[in-house]
Amino acid sequence: MARCFGAEQAYAAGHNGSIKSMPTLHKQAGFSIALNTMNSTPTLPDTQEERAAKKQPPLSAAPQHAPQPEGQPVLHLVPERGFSYFVHAAQDFARGFRHARLGLTLAWLDIRLRYRGSILGPFWLTATTAIMVAAMGVLYAYLLNTDVHTYLPFLTLSLVLWGFVGGTMQEGCGTFTGAARLIHAARMPYSLHVLRVAVRNILVFAHNVPVVAGVFLWFHVTPKWTWTLLPATGLWLVDCFFAVLLLGILGARFRDVPPIIASLTQVMFFVTPILWSPQLMTTGQAWLLLDPFFPLIEILRAPFTGDVMQTAVWPAALGWSAVLIIATFCLFARMRTRLAYWV
Amino acid sequence: MTDIAVENLQITFPLYHGNARSLRKSLSKTLGRTLNTRFMHDNRDRVVVQALKGVSFTLQPGDRLGLVGGNGAGKTTLLRALAGIYEPVGGSVTVRGSIGTLLDPELGMNMDLTGRENIRLRGMFSGLNKEQTAQIEEDVESFASLGAFMDLPVNTYSSGMMVRLSFGLATAIMPDVLLMDEWFMAGDASFRNRARARLENLVSRADILVLSSHMADVMADWCNRLIWLDQGQVRMDGPTEQVLEAYLGRPLEHKADAEKPEEAPPAP
Repeated sequence: MARCFGAEQAYAAGHNGSIKSMPTLHKQAGFSIALNTMNSTPTLPDTQEERAAKKQPPLSAAPQHAPQPEGQPVLHLVPERGFSYFVHAAQDFARGFRHARLGLTLAWLDIRLRYRGSILGPFWLTATTAIMVAAMGVLYAYLLNTDVHTYLPFLTLSLVLWGFVGGTMQEGCGTFTGAARLIHAARMPYSLHVLRVAVRNILVFAHNVPVVAGVFLWFHVTPKWTWTLLPATGLWLVDCFFAVLLLGILGARFRDVPPIIASLTQVMFFVTPILWSPQLMTTGQAWLLLDPFFPLIEILRAPFTGDVMQTAVWPAALGWSAVLIIATFCLFARMRTRLAYWV
Repeated sequence: MTDIAVENLQITFPLYHGNARSLRKSLSKTLGRTLNTRFMHDNRDRVVVQALKGVSFTLQPGDRLGLVGGNGAGKTTLLRALAGIYEPVGGSVTVRGSIGTLLDPELGMNMDLTGRENIRLRGMFSGLNKEQTAQIEEDVESFASLGAFMDLPVNTYSSGMMVRLSFGLATAIMPDVLLMDEWFMAGDASFRNRARARLENLVSRADILVLSSHMADVMADWCNRLIWLDQGQVRMDGPTEQVLEAYLGRPLEHKADAEKPEEAPPAP
């Protein structure tokens, strides 16, 4: 477990991470290298000969500093105890988010690679959702004896949201096992892998948004209390990150987690009001709040469909999120250093 | 000031999943003969394998440390512990200075991406800006001489091309502390000559080199200190020649023989 004092200061201190004591080497070379790598401060090979070969100006003017021990990244690792578990878990998050651009790129490349060579590419997702919504919407409106004009927009939004939840949970299980090669290649923040999976699933979700928008336009649905959408979206993003982290840790340790999650997702799909509106329950609606997925779906869905929300929905959503976040953070703090051994 | 201090380092691997996990398979295969001493039960009665047992040493700038030892002696584990990938279960690791790792040929590359894309990803990971990444791209391109393959997915590469790319990429970014595993010796002879020139240049500029290899001549040439690991413990630590002679069990004069990769010495 890492106690990296010094390392953080070094990252903050800026660019003097790898100034050499040997004056003949122009390693610093006048350009600043962002010190946001876990790996270290990289410097490019730029001896006079190589520079000459590349027809670049010699760097005789490069500043020559004395070694600055305080500017150098220091990696000090000892077994964790007490408070250091939490400090280093928080530092992992901070470093992971500093690499957010890399996480984003990796997520985007994942999507691109998954659909490479296919004609529609990621828009197969859009097409699939559109077809499913059209088929299920008409059938279930008939079965449930409701008006297609209110049911179809409801179903579309529900299915797209649930697709995101289910997909994120399923892929979350493989967050760290799937990144085993990266984890074993160099030291990097674990939250970077979490970010990658979370962003990947958000991008997949984004491909389904046109279906929702199309159905809403078709049926003239306009979102009602739009201001609640902002905190709801924020809560979803935070929960998405922590859910991926939680399932990633569990999935790395217990190889049974992916199938368990798969069946759990299927059960929850039918138990949670996805296909059916919670208003269909004449009594005992409050029991639905015990299902963590219901309040979260409801805070994002009700503003669009104009459902009457129970007053306890928001507190329940926040409560369940708090449980998820606290439990996950504690688990991550405790297990962070074990992840490399597990994958 | 770059330095490395390792104190009483303990690394143990939990073996949770029985035969389903390849880790245990590979470990029990390579450690088969040492099963009795390396596998033990921890306080929660899980089976763990002690990869490193109380390893201590310090390195100063200019040190070129070689790690020798049979398969499964803990060389790669020690390198990973120095890189901060495996955090210690006991003891401590302190590394002052930026760390560069050449631990496996794939370097965490994505096999479905092109060589060029992989270079850019690595540049991004190392926090380089566009010009620096472009510079590295150019550098790697000229070294690996992959031609049009630079823009093809890495999984279409031959193994030789793969080694050239990953080697060029890994050696394009200059660390203070360079940690290298033995894989880079795997290329063909002509590649090894070119690689050697590039690596020597890199090695001569890294403050500290830690190298694990089976090749006695590489060790004799590049290291000024050797640690002989045996079953996760330091069996011998000292100047290259002394340790190498004890490890090989014969004087170093037979350099011609030493050209071939050395296999693990018989256990005492």
